[in-house]
Amino acid sequence: MENILTISNLTKKFGSLTAVDNLSFTIEKGNVYGILGPNGSGKSTTLGIVLNVVNKTAGDFKWFDGNTSTHDALKKVGAIIERPNFYPYMTAFQNLQLVCKIKEVSEQKISEKLQLVGLLDRKDSKFSTYSLGMKQRLAIASALLNDPEILILDEPTNGLDPQGIHQIREIIKTIASKGTTILLASHLLDEVEKVCSHVVILRKGVSLYSGSVDAMNASHGFITLQSKNMELLQNALEGNPAFGIVKREGDFLIAYLNEPMDASEVNRLLFEKGISISHLVKRKESLEEQFLQLTKQN
Amino acid sequence: MLRLLTIELQKLRYNRAAKVISIIYFILITFIALIASIEFNFGDFHFRLADQGIFNFPYIWHFNTYIAAILKLFLAIVIVSMMSNEYSYRTLKQNLIDGLSKKEFVLSKFLTVLLFSIISTIFIFAVSLILGFSFSDYNEVGIIFSDMEYVAAYFIKLVAFFSFCLFLGVLVKRSAFALGFLFVWFIGEKILWGILEYRLYKEKADSIMQFFPLEAMSNLIKEPFTRLGAVQSAANQLGENFTKDYNVSMLTIGIVLVWTALFLYWSYAILKKRDL
Repeated sequence: MENILTISNLTKKFGSLTAVDNLSFTIEKGNVYGILGPNGSGKSTTLGIVLNVVNKTAGDFKWFDGNTSTHDALKKVGAIIERPNFYPYMTAFQNLQLVCKIKEVSEQKISEKLQLVGLLDRKDSKFSTYSLGMKQRLAIASALLNDPEILILDEPTNGLDPQGIHQIREIIKTIASKGTTILLASHLLDEVEKVCSHVVILRKGVSLYSGSVDAMNASHGFITLQSKNMELLQNALEGNPAFGIVKREGDFLIAYLNEPMDASEVNRLLFEKGISISHLVKRKESLEEQFLQLTKQN
Repeated sequence: MLRLLTIELQKLRYNRAAKVISIIYFILITFIALIASIEFNFGDFHFRLADQGIFNFPYIWHFNTYIAAILKLFLAIVIVSMMSNEYSYRTLKQNLIDGLSKKEFVLSKFLTVLLFSIISTIFIFAVSLILGFSFSDYNEVGIIFSDMEYVAAYFIKLVAFFSFCLFLGVLVKRSAFALGFLFVWFIGEKILWGILEYRLYKEKADSIMQFFPLEAMSNLIKEPFTRLGAVQSAANQLGENFTKDYNVSMLTIGIVLVWTALFLYWSYAILKKRDL
């Protein structure tokens, strides 16, 4: 697998605060990555370092095969950080022209990319007249001008209205479906869950998990049960090796599965033991629950 | 090189404020010609400034470059704001993310400074040449093109001053504060000069102050008024005698060039060190 970005033991300190602590992960070509973490967990700092705007304290990172300088590598990268930054007195088209000059690519793609984000009819309006949603879409168009090897998005839907969020997600999905590698930093879990295949979870600059979303969901889920005779039910469940932890929560019992088993099988098993149940739901933990579990302060 | 320059010019081209100030600056330079029309009439006595020899070759090179250099403050506004805007629009960050290196960023600004200085120098050269041809008493080629050192000094002075502005823009990040800082620095140098002159001799104070940036820049082209024939003869009658070296000194050029290099290096060093 071709590596696009390799981060090894990266550390960034702001005075006494350690924003990124010994972070390592690798971005491979063709995957959609999510960096998850609460506000202030070091997501933007990490991206800032690899994008050449924040100086690292220790560690290393390398783009592609490591033979190109960072600023040259960035010409093959498309990135949007926090909020869209353009020259307010220039039109969308003029702003994109400037980006083309910086990235040393031809200006032919400007109209195509503006079309993709639905701004072609406003290309001659000044940037200062744009709404936040339009600015964010222009930023995406700008990041795509060089047909980047990797698209880096930092909180792309921050501060947008529901319609704007929807538009941005549709654009991201379109881009991802074309096989572009994407790195998406967000604290919005459903966003990551919907588009990403891999995640890195950060808390206080430390990586808590790094791997595929599916592997993170490795547990076989859990079932919520209720019966007239709860003690009997609990004993039956605890006596069966297929169930792990069994705990009481209010009027319900929650049992975690050690092996795959569907709800009807559980039902049959219990019925054979003479237990009739009044409530039976099988669920998988959502990314959100796992995330909260992982980032919980201990 | 050309790429960096076109990047910077694209930023300036659509900036109305920058465009207006630059145009005003170049119009004002041509207005030096208007000095020619200053006339007084006291009955039978006609006084015309242009006839007093200020437009004589080669004196005109000294006079015009000195006057025109005062106008550089206009362009200073453009230079400072072209740097500080990058901070306030946060486009500096975006430029770097898009693949411009910090070195290229500073270089693109400096190339623009060079371009402005070159255009301004050509401008003052042309205006002086035309004025000289109209009013000068001497029109021999040898005399016309003597004392060209003032034109060179003018160019160096502009580059150095704009580099200082660039550095202040990087350092302070806000154009109004950067210009304020420039003014405070100017006052500071004057106060220091005053203190040194009070504590030491004037000569000693001058020899120390010549190493400060703004003082060195102003020393490049010394005031031309006391060099004027009319003024000198008037002074002689009053028993005053000016013995001043009006030439552009190599030491001053050296000092100014060192400052220019330092300002550029510091701009780059600050950018490199800062987290954006």
